[in-house]
Amino acid sequence: MASAAVSHRTAEAPQTADPLVSVEGLSVDFATPRGTIHALRDISLEVPKGKVLGLVGESGCGKSTLAYSMIGLLAENARVAGGAIRMGGQDLAHLKPKAWRDLRGTRIAMIFQDPMTSLNPVTTIGKQMIDIQYREPISRSEKRARAIEFLEQVQLPDAAAKLDVYPHQLSGGMRQRVCIAMALLTRPDLLIADEPTTALDATLELQIVTLLRELQETFGCSVLFVSHHLGTVAELCDEVAVMYAGEVVERGHVREVFHAPRHPYTQALFDCDPARIRQATRQLPTIPGTLPDLRQPPAGCAFRARCSKAFGRCAAEHPPLHAAGPGQVARCHLNDPAEDVA
Amino acid sequence: MSLLEVTDLRIRYARQGRLKAALRRESHDFEAVCGVSFTLEPGQTLGLVGESGSGKSTIARTLIGLKKSSGGSIRFDGAEISQASGRDWARLRREMSMMWQDPVGSLSPRLTVKSLVTEPLRINGLPAGRTEAERLLGLVGLPAEFATRYPHQLSGGQARRVGVARALALDPKLLIADEPTAGLDMSVQGEVLNLLAEVQARSGVAIVIITHNLNLVRHVTDQMAIMYLGRFVEQGPTEQVFAHPRHPYTKALLAANPEPDPEARHERVALSGEVPSPVNRPSGCDFHPRCPWAREACAAKEPGWTEESGRGHRCLFPL
Repeated sequence: MASAAVSHRTAEAPQTADPLVSVEGLSVDFATPRGTIHALRDISLEVPKGKVLGLVGESGCGKSTLAYSMIGLLAENARVAGGAIRMGGQDLAHLKPKAWRDLRGTRIAMIFQDPMTSLNPVTTIGKQMIDIQYREPISRSEKRARAIEFLEQVQLPDAAAKLDVYPHQLSGGMRQRVCIAMALLTRPDLLIADEPTTALDATLELQIVTLLRELQETFGCSVLFVSHHLGTVAELCDEVAVMYAGEVVERGHVREVFHAPRHPYTQALFDCDPARIRQATRQLPTIPGTLPDLRQPPAGCAFRARCSKAFGRCAAEHPPLHAAGPGQVARCHLNDPAEDVA
Repeated sequence: MSLLEVTDLRIRYARQGRLKAALRRESHDFEAVCGVSFTLEPGQTLGLVGESGSGKSTIARTLIGLKKSSGGSIRFDGAEISQASGRDWARLRREMSMMWQDPVGSLSPRLTVKSLVTEPLRINGLPAGRTEAERLLGLVGLPAEFATRYPHQLSGGQARRVGVARALALDPKLLIADEPTAGLDMSVQGEVLNLLAEVQARSGVAIVIITHNLNLVRHVTDQMAIMYLGRFVEQGPTEQVFAHPRHPYTKALLAANPEPDPEARHERVALSGEVPSPVNRPSGCDFHPRCPWAREACAAKEPGWTEESGRGHRCLFPL
């Protein structure tokens, strides 16, 4: 079912015909003392070459699990239950630790949410930036020069002097710039950014998002941008995938998905964003209900229990990703052409 | 008479030991909040907005007596409370309560929801049995069976509701909510804010909301104040401030709030650099090193507070 929808999408959106990474039916389970959690179920999506893909959803929807599975950093108790992550002829979902070490920090790099804890507090910025170039067959002074060059790229004032400072001497925004510089040092093909601006203030968030956009254009890499902030996704991303309860429920170009969401969850999520409510109101919209228990995902649609548009078919039949517009797919029966006829 | 009347409030934090400071001939403390004034009427909501380090949480801690002010006055319900003693505070904290920033972290992991929500009653020697627990849980829309759960068995939104129930247990006149929606998902944010609005409509409690989320401020507050480096840079009725910001920093903050619309044409206000340290304040206007509209005079002259038609701002050349 899912593969049919994928082929349909590729037919209508030829620019994604040659993706950098393509996730095909990926399922990831977590073994816990209280049972197996089916955290990702049948995820299919593509990270287009040289573009920014946004991954949106609320806590517990699996967006970080998906991001971590693309850089091989899943927790010990995680198990890939099915599917594949294809990148340049390799299947990342079933890679040996040695193969991962060759890939991480060369073709794939990551920026984490908290810039304080992702830098080593007891060594200087310069040492950390020189150390991560251990693969390069160049001299120490050349590595140092490259580190300065990249700190300048991320618009850190007085870059050369910053090599001698420790992370705690920098502000949150500057630390995140250092993390971005380090991620880009190896000129990766894929940059994964897991909520990189969540820990930052509004005016800094804007600076970092603008910077990421500029750097992405300079370096031409693909970016997977994980966020729960719809505003920054609209600002930065070319394409977007919306996740709910371990599934991709909708994906497509940012413009289409944001203007004409075709899955009831996407619609409800957008309605909840107070930034989209023009008239001041004391009664804010919410999505009643809670996430389903992912130890026993519901048989039909995962969103059915909270969906205002649910009907008979939703309880019985798990919806596939139906084509919902040019380059847009949604996992909802309402997008099935057969429903229009009925 | 206003419920809360804060005049020229000043709060200092220690920076280094007194001896060390004396040897270096530096001051041992610095002013984190300098000269903040506002009033709050019963049944009204005030939003305090600013980025980290602007002093908004410091004000909250001082209002509820966890930090001593170094100057100015705080009048609550007609009485001066900035010099209140420990005994006074035991009484005052029945009338004002606080919702803490971290919904789960602010609940003791070893107490059940029932003990948590009735704890304020117990402390004040009031009946704190099952009936009270159920009444409070009902007030915040949690089913009675939650009484036996522990905080780790709650979702963020549910823990936040328990926090609201605790804060409302003594039927306070003033509720201080420090980032009431931080860490909550968008679909749950609305629930918590609607709950606060509902409680306010019923009991007439006055609310101070501290947040950096402008989208929320717009919907849930009557008055708002924008803080920068421990000072109010602008204050006024929320609608008016949003419609026509007078201070460049307010304008920059509003513009830094990306709209969830890929087509939106943003009017950007690019702020260079970061917030300076309150220990080393810039000369003149605090904001001039980052202000795109700064003129020569801004570096030399410290702008005063200008009030006109119910709003105020601190800018020499308001927009």
